[in-house]
Amino acid sequence: MAHETAHHYESNTKRIWIVFAILSVLTIVEVFLGIIKPGFLVHTDLFSLSLLNWIFIILTLFKAYYIAWAFMHLEGEVKGLRRAIVWTGVFLISYLIFILLTEGDYVNEVFKTNHVAWDF
Amino acid sequence: MDATVVRTGTEGKSWGGGNEPLKASYGKMMMWFFIVSDALTFSGFLAAYGFSRFKFIDSWPIADEVFNHFPFLHGVDAPMYYVALMTFILIFSSVTMVLAVDAGHQMKKGKVIFYMFFTIIGGLIFLGSQAWEWKNFITGTYGAVSTKGGNILQFVDNEGHRVALADIAQTIPGERVPHTRESGVWFEEGAALPTYSIEEIKAGFAANENILLRTQALTEEGEKTVLSRDESLRKLNTEAVGVIEGANLSQNEYGPPLFADFFFFITGFHGFHVLSGVLINIIIFFNVVIGTYERRGSYEMVEKVGLYWHFVDLVWVFVFTFFYLV
Repeated sequence: MAHETAHHYESNTKRIWIVFAILSVLTIVEVFLGIIKPGFLVHTDLFSLSLLNWIFIILTLFKAYYIAWAFMHLEGEVKGLRRAIVWTGVFLISYLIFILLTEGDYVNEVFKTNHVAWDF
Repeated sequence: MDATVVRTGTEGKSWGGGNEPLKASYGKMMMWFFIVSDALTFSGFLAAYGFSRFKFIDSWPIADEVFNHFPFLHGVDAPMYYVALMTFILIFSSVTMVLAVDAGHQMKKGKVIFYMFFTIIGGLIFLGSQAWEWKNFITGTYGAVSTKGGNILQFVDNEGHRVALADIAQTIPGERVPHTRESGVWFEEGAALPTYSIEEIKAGFAANENILLRTQALTEEGEKTVLSRDESLRKLNTEAVGVIEGANLSQNEYGPPLFADFFFFITGFHGFHVLSGVLINIIIFFNVVIGTYERRGSYEMVEKVGLYWHFVDLVWVFVFTFFYLV
Protein backbone atom coordinates (compact mmCIF):
# COMPACT_ATOMS: atom_id res chain seq x y z
CA MET A 1 0.00 0.00 0.00
CA ALA A 2 2.96 2.27 -0.26
CA HIS A 3 1.97 4.15 -3.35
CA GLU A 4 2.11 7.92 -3.27
CA THR A 5 -1.48 9.14 -3.25
CA ALA A 6 -0.69 12.36 -1.43
CA HIS A 7 1.30 13.90 -4.27
CA HIS A 8 1.39 17.71 -4.23
CA TYR A 9 -2.37 18.23 -3.98
CA GLU A 10 -3.57 21.82 -4.07
CA SER A 11 -6.96 22.84 -2.75
CA ASN A 12 -9.80 23.24 -5.22
CA THR A 13 -12.36 24.95 -3.00
CA LYS A 14 -12.68 27.99 -5.21
CA ARG A 15 -13.42 25.91 -8.31
CA ILE A 16 -15.95 23.82 -6.37
CA TRP A 17 -17.96 26.91 -5.43
CA ILE A 18 -17.80 28.25 -8.98
CA VAL A 19 -19.15 24.94 -10.31
CA PHE A 20 -21.88 25.03 -7.68
CA ALA A 21 -22.86 28.50 -8.89
CA ILE A 22 -22.96 27.28 -12.51
CA LEU A 23 -25.11 24.27 -11.61
CA SER A 24 -27.49 26.45 -9.61
CA VAL A 25 -27.89 28.97 -12.40
CA LEU A 26 -28.55 26.20 -14.95
CA THR A 27 -31.19 24.66 -12.67
CA ILE A 28 -32.87 28.02 -12.07
CA VAL A 29 -32.99 28.69 -15.82
CA GLU A 30 -34.52 25.24 -16.40
CA VAL A 31 -37.19 25.68 -13.74
CA PHE A 32 -37.95 29.21 -14.91
CA LEU A 33 -38.40 28.07 -18.53
CA GLY A 34 -40.40 25.07 -17.34
CA ILE A 35 -42.86 27.30 -15.49
CA ILE A 36 -43.37 30.10 -18.01
CA LYS A 37 -43.03 27.85 -21.13
CA PRO A 38 -42.46 30.61 -23.72
CA GLY A 39 -44.84 30.03 -26.65
CA PHE A 40 -42.33 30.45 -29.45
CA LEU A 41 -40.04 27.83 -27.89
CA VAL A 42 -42.85 25.34 -27.38
CA HIS A 43 -44.20 25.70 -30.91
CA THR A 44 -40.94 25.72 -32.85
CA ASP A 45 -39.83 22.21 -33.67
CA LEU A 46 -36.36 21.04 -34.55
CA PHE A 47 -36.05 17.38 -35.57
CA SER A 48 -39.56 16.61 -34.20
CA LEU A 49 -38.70 17.93 -30.75
CA SER A 50 -39.67 21.39 -29.53
CA LEU A 51 -36.95 23.98 -29.07
CA LEU A 52 -37.78 24.17 -25.37
CA ASN A 53 -37.09 20.47 -24.92
CA TRP A 54 -33.82 20.82 -26.82
CA ILE A 55 -32.83 23.59 -24.40
CA PHE A 56 -33.68 21.39 -21.41
CA ILE A 57 -31.66 18.48 -22.75
CA ILE A 58 -28.64 20.60 -23.63
CA LEU A 59 -28.63 22.34 -20.23
CA THR A 60 -28.90 18.91 -18.58
CA LEU A 61 -25.89 17.65 -20.51
CA PHE A 62 -23.99 20.75 -19.40
CA LYS A 63 -24.85 19.99 -15.79
CA ALA A 64 -23.82 16.36 -16.25
CA TYR A 65 -20.52 17.54 -17.71
CA TYR A 66 -19.78 19.79 -14.74
CA ILE A 67 -20.73 17.14 -12.19
CA ALA A 68 -18.60 14.47 -13.88
CA TRP A 69 -15.63 16.70 -14.64
CA ALA A 70 -15.40 18.84 -11.51
CA PHE A 71 -17.10 16.83 -8.75
CA MET A 72 -16.22 13.31 -9.87
CA HIS A 73 -12.83 14.68 -10.85
CA LEU A 74 -12.75 13.16 -14.33
CA GLU A 75 -10.73 16.15 -15.49
CA GLY A 76 -7.87 14.92 -13.30
CA GLU A 77 -7.93 11.32 -14.52
CA VAL A 78 -5.77 10.08 -17.39
CA LYS A 79 -7.21 10.27 -20.88
CA GLY A 80 -7.65 6.51 -21.21
CA LEU A 81 -9.84 6.15 -18.14
CA ARG A 82 -11.87 9.22 -19.02
CA ARG A 83 -12.57 7.99 -22.54
CA ALA A 84 -13.39 4.47 -21.37
CA ILE A 85 -16.03 5.90 -19.05
CA VAL A 86 -17.52 8.60 -21.26
CA TRP A 87 -17.58 6.94 -24.67
CA THR A 88 -18.93 3.61 -23.41
CA GLY A 89 -21.91 5.45 -21.99
CA VAL A 90 -22.37 7.85 -24.87
CA PHE A 91 -22.36 5.16 -27.59
CA LEU A 92 -24.57 2.65 -25.83
CA ILE A 93 -27.06 5.18 -24.52
CA SER A 94 -27.42 7.05 -27.83
CA TYR A 95 -28.08 3.76 -29.59
CA LEU A 96 -30.64 2.67 -27.00
CA ILE A 97 -32.47 6.00 -27.11
CA PHE A 98 -32.53 6.05 -30.90
CA ILE A 99 -33.89 2.54 -31.23
CA LEU A 100 -36.52 2.81 -28.47
CA LEU A 101 -37.87 6.22 -29.42
CA THR A 102 -38.16 5.19 -33.07
CA GLU A 103 -40.09 2.12 -32.01
CA GLY A 104 -42.33 4.13 -29.67
CA ASP A 105 -43.14 6.54 -32.47
CA TYR A 106 -44.00 3.61 -34.74
CA VAL A 107 -46.36 2.07 -32.15
CA ASN A 108 -48.04 5.46 -31.82
CA GLU A 109 -48.58 5.55 -35.61
CA VAL A 110 -50.09 2.08 -35.51
CA PHE A 111 -52.49 3.06 -32.74
CA LYS A 112 -53.56 6.13 -34.67
CA THR A 113 -54.03 4.64 -38.12
CA ASN A 114 -54.93 1.05 -37.41
CA HIS A 115 -58.41 -0.30 -38.08
CA VAL A 116 -58.68 -1.63 -34.56
CA ALA A 117 -60.04 0.96 -32.14
CA TRP A 118 -58.15 1.04 -28.85
CA ASP A 119 -60.28 3.75 -27.23
CA PHE A 120 -63.72 2.18 -27.28
CA MET B 1 5.71 -11.10 3.94
CA ASP B 2 8.58 -12.94 2.30
CA ALA B 3 7.59 -16.10 4.11
CA THR B 4 4.06 -16.33 2.71
CA VAL B 5 4.22 -14.85 -0.78
CA VAL B 6 5.24 -17.13 -3.62
CA ARG B 7 7.69 -15.25 -5.77
CA THR B 8 7.17 -15.32 -9.51
CA GLY B 9 10.40 -13.72 -10.51
CA THR B 10 8.58 -10.92 -12.28
CA GLU B 11 8.81 -8.32 -9.51
CA GLY B 12 9.34 -4.87 -10.89
CA LYS B 13 8.53 -5.99 -14.44
CA SER B 14 5.31 -5.18 -16.37
CA TRP B 15 3.42 -8.27 -15.28
CA GLY B 16 4.70 -8.25 -11.73
CA GLY B 17 1.50 -6.70 -10.39
CA GLY B 18 0.90 -3.40 -8.71
CA ASN B 19 0.82 -1.51 -11.99
CA GLU B 20 -1.69 1.26 -12.42
CA PRO B 21 -1.73 2.05 -16.13
CA LEU B 22 -4.77 4.31 -15.68
CA LYS B 23 -3.21 5.97 -12.62
CA ALA B 24 -6.24 5.08 -10.53
CA SER B 25 -6.17 2.68 -7.60
CA TYR B 26 -8.01 -0.64 -7.74
CA GLY B 27 -10.86 0.56 -5.52
CA LYS B 28 -11.46 3.68 -7.57
CA MET B 29 -11.41 1.71 -10.82
CA MET B 30 -14.00 -0.70 -9.48
CA MET B 31 -16.19 2.18 -8.35
CA TRP B 32 -16.02 3.57 -11.88
CA PHE B 33 -16.87 0.16 -13.36
CA PHE B 34 -19.91 0.02 -11.10
CA ILE B 35 -20.94 3.58 -11.94
CA VAL B 36 -20.77 2.98 -15.69
CA SER B 37 -22.88 -0.17 -15.46
CA ASP B 38 -25.36 1.51 -13.14
CA ALA B 39 -25.57 4.46 -15.52
CA LEU B 40 -26.52 2.02 -18.27
CA THR B 41 -29.24 0.54 -16.05
CA PHE B 42 -30.71 3.96 -15.37
CA SER B 43 -30.58 4.91 -19.03
CA GLY B 44 -32.42 1.68 -19.79
CA PHE B 45 -35.23 2.78 -17.49
CA LEU B 46 -35.32 6.33 -18.81
CA ALA B 47 -35.25 5.15 -22.42
CA ALA B 48 -38.14 2.78 -21.66
CA TYR B 49 -39.98 5.76 -20.20
CA GLY B 50 -39.26 7.63 -23.44
CA PHE B 51 -40.61 4.69 -25.44
CA SER B 52 -43.92 4.69 -23.54
CA ARG B 53 -44.15 8.42 -23.78
CA PHE B 54 -43.66 8.41 -27.54
CA LYS B 55 -46.25 5.66 -27.73
CA PHE B 56 -48.81 7.89 -25.95
CA ILE B 57 -47.36 11.17 -27.19
CA ASP B 58 -50.77 12.83 -27.70
CA SER B 59 -52.20 11.90 -24.32
CA TRP B 60 -49.33 11.85 -21.81
CA PRO B 61 -49.94 13.67 -18.48
CA ILE B 62 -48.52 17.17 -18.09
CA ALA B 63 -45.97 17.05 -15.26
CA ASP B 64 -46.74 20.60 -14.09
CA GLU B 65 -50.29 19.56 -13.29
CA VAL B 66 -49.29 16.39 -11.49
CA PHE B 67 -46.46 17.67 -9.31
CA ASN B 68 -47.75 20.99 -8.04
CA HIS B 69 -47.64 20.66 -4.28
CA PHE B 70 -45.47 22.58 -1.86
CA PRO B 71 -45.30 22.07 1.92
CA PHE B 72 -47.56 24.45 3.90
CA LEU B 73 -49.06 25.87 0.71
CA HIS B 74 -52.18 23.82 0.67
CA GLY B 75 -54.26 24.16 -2.46
CA VAL B 76 -51.81 26.58 -4.07
CA ASP B 77 -50.73 25.63 -7.56
CA ALA B 78 -46.92 25.47 -7.29
CA PRO B 79 -45.66 23.61 -10.35
CA MET B 80 -42.19 22.15 -9.91
CA TYR B 81 -41.00 24.42 -7.09
CA TYR B 82 -40.73 21.46 -4.78
CA VAL B 83 -38.74 19.28 -7.20
CA ALA B 84 -36.49 22.25 -7.92
CA LEU B 85 -35.87 22.54 -4.18
CA MET B 86 -35.07 18.82 -3.98
CA THR B 87 -32.64 19.24 -6.85
CA PHE B 88 -30.89 22.04 -5.00
CA ILE B 89 -30.65 19.99 -1.83
CA LEU B 90 -29.03 17.14 -3.72
CA ILE B 91 -26.63 19.39 -5.63
CA PHE B 92 -25.66 21.11 -2.42
CA SER B 93 -25.00 17.82 -0.66
CA SER B 94 -22.81 16.95 -3.63
CA VAL B 95 -20.88 20.17 -3.03
CA THR B 96 -20.30 19.38 0.65
CA MET B 97 -19.19 15.88 -0.39
CA VAL B 98 -16.60 17.21 -2.80
CA LEU B 99 -15.44 19.65 -0.11
CA ALA B 100 -15.00 16.67 2.23
CA VAL B 101 -12.91 14.90 -0.40
CA ASP B 102 -10.87 18.06 -0.83
CA ALA B 103 -10.29 18.31 2.92
CA GLY B 104 -9.30 14.64 2.93
CA HIS B 105 -6.56 15.30 0.40
CA GLN B 106 -5.17 17.87 2.82
CA MET B 107 -5.50 15.40 5.71
CA LYS B 108 -7.76 17.73 7.68
CA LYS B 109 -9.82 15.31 9.72
CA GLY B 110 -12.04 17.92 11.37
CA LYS B 111 -13.11 19.43 8.08
CA VAL B 112 -13.84 16.02 6.56
CA ILE B 113 -16.14 15.24 9.51
CA PHE B 114 -17.87 18.61 9.22
CA TYR B 115 -18.59 18.35 5.49
CA MET B 116 -19.56 14.67 5.53
CA PHE B 117 -22.04 15.39 8.28
CA PHE B 118 -23.82 17.95 6.10
CA THR B 119 -23.73 15.59 3.13
CA ILE B 120 -25.60 12.97 5.17
CA ILE B 121 -28.13 15.53 6.40
CA GLY B 122 -28.73 16.67 2.80
CA GLY B 123 -29.30 13.08 1.71
CA LEU B 124 -31.79 12.50 4.50
CA ILE B 125 -33.73 15.67 3.65
CA PHE B 126 -33.88 14.57 0.03
CA LEU B 127 -35.23 11.16 1.02
CA GLY B 128 -37.88 12.75 3.21
CA SER B 129 -38.90 15.07 0.38
CA GLN B 130 -39.24 12.15 -1.96
CA ALA B 131 -41.45 10.31 0.54
CA TRP B 132 -43.67 13.38 0.73
CA GLU B 133 -43.83 13.60 -3.04
CA TRP B 134 -44.84 9.95 -3.23
CA LYS B 135 -47.51 10.51 -0.59
CA ASN B 136 -49.07 13.31 -2.64
CA PHE B 137 -48.90 11.27 -5.80
CA ILE B 138 -50.50 8.21 -4.19
CA THR B 139 -53.29 10.12 -2.42
CA GLY B 140 -54.12 12.23 -5.45
CA THR B 141 -55.89 15.58 -5.44
CA TYR B 142 -58.97 15.68 -7.61
CA GLY B 143 -59.82 12.12 -8.55
CA ALA B 144 -61.05 11.00 -11.95
CA VAL B 145 -63.33 8.62 -13.75
CA SER B 146 -62.11 5.67 -15.79
CA THR B 147 -63.65 4.57 -19.08
CA LYS B 148 -64.29 1.20 -20.67
CA GLY B 149 -61.27 1.74 -22.89
CA GLY B 150 -59.04 2.24 -19.85
CA ASN B 151 -58.74 6.00 -20.27
CA ILE B 152 -59.14 8.73 -17.70
CA LEU B 153 -61.73 11.52 -17.68
CA GLN B 154 -61.19 14.48 -15.39
CA PHE B 155 -63.56 17.26 -14.33
CA VAL B 156 -63.14 20.99 -14.88
CA ASP B 157 -65.35 24.04 -14.36
CA ASN B 158 -66.19 26.67 -17.00
CA GLU B 159 -62.86 28.42 -16.56
CA GLY B 160 -60.90 25.22 -16.98
CA HIS B 161 -59.99 24.82 -13.30
CA ARG B 162 -59.96 21.28 -12.03
CA VAL B 163 -62.87 20.13 -9.87
CA ALA B 164 -62.56 17.40 -7.26
CA LEU B 165 -64.88 14.41 -7.07
CA ALA B 166 -65.97 15.51 -3.61
CA ASP B 167 -67.46 18.71 -5.09
CA ILE B 168 -69.46 16.82 -7.70
CA ALA B 169 -70.77 13.68 -6.10
CA GLN B 170 -74.30 13.50 -4.85
CA THR B 171 -75.01 11.13 -2.04
CA ILE B 172 -77.25 8.29 -3.16
CA PRO B 173 -78.28 6.09 -0.27
CA GLY B 174 -77.52 2.54 -1.18
CA GLU B 175 -76.00 -0.68 -0.02
CA ARG B 176 -72.38 0.07 -0.91
CA VAL B 177 -70.74 -2.26 1.57
CA PRO B 178 -67.19 -3.47 1.08
CA HIS B 179 -67.09 -7.22 0.64
CA THR B 180 -65.04 -8.70 3.49
CA ARG B 181 -63.91 -12.23 4.24
CA GLU B 182 -66.45 -12.61 7.01
CA SER B 183 -69.45 -11.95 4.78
CA GLY B 184 -68.29 -14.11 1.87
CA VAL B 185 -68.92 -17.73 1.04
CA TRP B 186 -65.39 -17.91 -0.25
CA PHE B 187 -62.45 -16.55 1.79
CA GLU B 188 -61.73 -13.58 -0.40
CA GLU B 189 -62.02 -9.86 0.02
CA GLY B 190 -63.38 -7.49 -2.62
CA ALA B 191 -61.37 -4.51 -3.85
CA ALA B 192 -61.58 -1.45 -1.62
CA LEU B 193 -64.52 0.75 -2.56
CA PRO B 194 -63.82 4.29 -3.73
CA THR B 195 -65.29 7.14 -1.67
CA TYR B 196 -67.95 7.78 -4.29
CA SER B 197 -69.69 5.40 -6.65
CA ILE B 198 -69.86 6.09 -10.37
CA GLU B 199 -73.63 6.57 -10.07
CA GLU B 200 -73.14 9.31 -7.49
CA ILE B 201 -70.69 11.06 -9.78
CA LYS B 202 -73.02 10.75 -12.77
CA ALA B 203 -75.97 12.13 -10.81
CA GLY B 204 -73.93 15.02 -9.46
CA PHE B 205 -72.55 15.79 -12.89
CA ALA B 206 -75.99 15.89 -14.46
CA ALA B 207 -77.20 18.25 -11.74
CA ASN B 208 -74.33 20.69 -12.01
CA GLU B 209 -74.45 22.68 -15.27
CA ASN B 210 -71.04 24.32 -14.84
CA ILE B 211 -68.95 21.20 -14.91
CA LEU B 212 -67.27 19.83 -18.02
CA LEU B 213 -65.23 16.77 -18.85
CA ARG B 214 -61.58 16.86 -19.78
CA THR B 215 -60.03 14.02 -21.77
CA GLN B 216 -56.39 13.02 -21.94
CA ALA B 217 -55.95 14.07 -25.57
CA LEU B 218 -53.54 16.98 -25.97
CA THR B 219 -54.49 19.95 -28.17
CA GLU B 220 -52.19 21.82 -30.52
CA GLU B 221 -51.41 24.15 -27.63
CA GLY B 222 -50.20 21.25 -25.52
CA GLU B 223 -53.18 21.40 -23.20
CA LYS B 224 -55.77 18.78 -22.37
CA THR B 225 -58.99 18.76 -24.44
CA VAL B 226 -62.10 20.08 -22.66
CA LEU B 227 -65.37 18.73 -24.04
CA SER B 228 -68.60 20.69 -24.49
CA ARG B 229 -71.41 20.17 -21.98
CA ASP B 230 -73.45 17.91 -24.31
CA GLU B 231 -70.44 15.93 -25.36
CA SER B 232 -69.39 15.59 -21.70
CA LEU B 233 -72.78 14.26 -20.65
CA ARG B 234 -72.86 11.77 -23.50
CA LYS B 235 -69.33 10.52 -22.83
CA LEU B 236 -69.81 10.23 -19.08
CA ASN B 237 -73.08 8.32 -19.40
CA THR B 238 -71.92 5.91 -22.09
CA GLU B 239 -68.26 5.30 -21.29
CA ALA B 240 -67.50 5.91 -17.62
CA VAL B 241 -67.27 2.73 -15.58
CA GLY B 242 -65.25 3.44 -12.44
CA VAL B 243 -63.96 6.01 -10.00
CA ILE B 244 -60.23 6.49 -9.46
CA GLU B 245 -58.67 8.35 -6.57
CA GLY B 246 -54.92 8.80 -6.50
CA ALA B 247 -52.44 6.47 -8.13
CA ASN B 248 -51.07 3.00 -7.69
CA LEU B 249 -49.48 0.44 -9.99
CA SER B 250 -52.71 -0.50 -11.76
CA GLN B 251 -54.67 2.73 -11.94
CA ASN B 252 -53.80 6.36 -11.96
CA GLU B 253 -55.96 9.48 -11.82
CA TYR B 254 -53.40 11.51 -13.79
CA GLY B 255 -53.39 9.46 -17.00
CA PRO B 256 -52.08 6.12 -18.28
CA PRO B 257 -51.16 3.68 -15.48
CA LEU B 258 -47.75 3.42 -17.18
CA PHE B 259 -47.01 6.96 -16.05
CA ALA B 260 -47.46 5.98 -12.42
CA ASP B 261 -45.52 2.74 -12.92
CA PHE B 262 -42.54 4.57 -14.33
CA PHE B 263 -42.77 7.24 -11.66
CA PHE B 264 -42.69 4.69 -8.86
CA PHE B 265 -40.03 2.59 -10.53
CA ILE B 266 -37.56 5.25 -11.61
CA THR B 267 -37.80 7.64 -8.66
CA GLY B 268 -37.99 4.61 -6.37
CA PHE B 269 -34.85 3.08 -7.83
CA HIS B 270 -33.11 6.43 -7.55
CA GLY B 271 -34.38 6.88 -4.00
CA PHE B 272 -33.01 3.46 -3.13
CA HIS B 273 -29.62 4.60 -4.43
CA VAL B 274 -29.83 7.70 -2.26
CA LEU B 275 -30.72 5.54 0.74
CA SER B 276 -27.76 3.22 0.22
CA GLY B 277 -25.56 6.27 -0.42
CA VAL B 278 -26.62 7.74 2.92
CA LEU B 279 -25.91 4.43 4.69
CA ILE B 280 -22.45 4.09 3.12
CA ASN B 281 -21.75 7.74 3.93
CA ILE B 282 -22.68 7.11 7.57
CA ILE B 283 -20.29 4.15 7.78
CA ILE B 284 -17.45 6.14 6.26
CA PHE B 285 -18.34 9.11 8.48
CA PHE B 286 -17.83 7.04 11.62
CA ASN B 287 -14.61 5.61 10.20
CA VAL B 288 -13.38 9.16 9.76
CA VAL B 289 -14.47 10.06 13.29
CA ILE B 290 -12.57 7.17 14.89
CA GLY B 291 -9.52 8.05 12.82
CA THR B 292 -9.23 4.99 10.56
CA TYR B 293 -8.12 6.99 7.53
CA GLU B 294 -5.91 9.28 9.58
CA ARG B 295 -3.95 6.19 10.65
CA ARG B 296 -4.02 4.75 7.13
CA GLY B 297 -2.51 7.96 5.88
CA SER B 298 -5.01 8.39 3.06
CA TYR B 299 -8.63 9.51 2.77
CA GLU B 300 -9.17 7.70 -0.51
CA MET B 301 -12.17 5.86 0.91
CA VAL B 302 -13.97 9.21 1.26
CA GLU B 303 -13.16 9.87 -2.38
CA LYS B 304 -14.71 6.55 -3.43
CA VAL B 305 -18.02 7.07 -1.61
CA GLY B 306 -17.86 10.60 -2.96
CA LEU B 307 -17.85 9.20 -6.50
CA TYR B 308 -20.95 7.18 -5.71
CA TRP B 309 -22.68 10.15 -4.14
CA HIS B 310 -21.98 12.39 -7.13
CA PHE B 311 -23.29 9.68 -9.41
CA VAL B 312 -26.59 9.65 -7.52
CA ASP B 313 -26.75 13.42 -8.04
CA LEU B 314 -25.91 12.99 -11.73
CA VAL B 315 -28.76 10.52 -12.19
CA TRP B 316 -31.18 12.88 -10.47
CA VAL B 317 -30.26 15.64 -12.92
CA PHE B 318 -31.50 13.40 -15.74
CA VAL B 319 -34.57 12.13 -13.88
CA PHE B 320 -35.48 15.75 -13.11
CA THR B 321 -35.23 16.72 -16.77
CA PHE B 322 -37.07 13.80 -18.29
CA PHE B 323 -39.75 13.36 -15.65
CA TYR B 324 -40.56 16.91 -14.68
CA LEU B 325 -39.37 19.25 -17.42
CA VAL B 326 -39.51 17.75 -20.90
